[in-house]
Amino acid sequence: MIRIALWLLGGVLLGGIVHLGTVLWLPDLATQDAYSRLLPVAPVNAVTPVTAPTPESSVVPFLDPAFAMAVCRYDLTNGPLKFSVPVSPAYTSVSFYTRNDVAYYAINDRAAGRRVIELELMTTEQRGDLPGDEEVTAADRLIVESPTLTGLIVIKALAPEPGLMPAAQTALTAAKCVQG
Amino acid sequence: MRLLLGTLFALGVAALVGLGATWLALTQGQAFGGLSVGAWSAWPRHGTASIDPYARAMVARSGQLPVGSGDGIAFQARHDDSGALLDGRCDIVVSGMTPQARYWTITLYDPDGALVANSVQRHGFTSHEVVRRANGSFEITVSPRSRAGNWLPTGGVERYLLVLRLYDTPIGVATRGREVTMPAITRRSCP
Repeated sequence: MIRIALWLLGGVLLGGIVHLGTVLWLPDLATQDAYSRLLPVAPVNAVTPVTAPTPESSVVPFLDPAFAMAVCRYDLTNGPLKFSVPVSPAYTSVSFYTRNDVAYYAINDRAAGRRVIELELMTTEQRGDLPGDEEVTAADRLIVESPTLTGLIVIKALAPEPGLMPAAQTALTAAKCVQG
Repeated sequence: MRLLLGTLFALGVAALVGLGATWLALTQGQAFGGLSVGAWSAWPRHGTASIDPYARAMVARSGQLPVGSGDGIAFQARHDDSGALLDGRCDIVVSGMTPQARYWTITLYDPDGALVANSVQRHGFTSHEVVRRANGSFEITVSPRSRAGNWLPTGGVERYLLVLRLYDTPIGVATRGREVTMPAITRRSCP
């Protein structure tokens, strides 16, 4: 009897480890996460408009239907990326996600303070490789450090009413996401 | 022989307990570190790099993209102020004021995060569209049949949830629940 209880206790303890292991590993194993869902529709290092969600289909669940949206799936293996988008009349935001859908940085038009949101995306190592004199002028540049080599830039423009949706979509067509 | 049986038994228990706990935590569990105001809950940390492992797993499993903290914050409600689950066959009123934000939107989703089909193709309101009273407060009727004023159709679905997103808002990781006023969710009538 005691023997069975001990085996049971051992099993439960091991179960705890299995639980923690699966929770930590799940983001790497998930095949239906947002990045994987966008993989077939979004080419690498280019801005692609994301179809507005409808009751029948939505690329990613829980999208806000009041927004026009575009995505740039980036890969920094071959160097940093330059990103820019002109702000739309109402509200524009740019959000950065890692390969595992962690929202590590987001900025909106007011925080950017200009008519164009302009920034450079690079890894910590690539930033370290910047020449010293460039670092001085960096005060003028907005540099975002990506914790992973790949990830997503999500650009959103608000249409405060349905009639303004085409204007919001047009603002996003001017978004650029280029290497070098 | 006994050792083998014992080991198999222990491994079986481990698999059952471990995977069962993960499944329960990710499907039934409520994430921690939340900000709750009335029927509304938000998880400001989910929009930052300091998101906890459970929430990361939940986000990966559901396939959604959390709202980044520099963008805004999403509050969701699955039940009304009395605790009853939101039922698309009932008339429910969302009324009051929203916290400070440059823009907000309110959207109705089914539990899987899809929009709900309806005859007028309305899935939500923006702060710009909603009709308000003189004091700035608003009232949205969420019901299967059309209503005067701000009507958000439910399409008659059994379960739905409301997501109120605030954009460019001071509310974030450092905010406490009592500092925030959210609209009330009250059930008016139910067939």
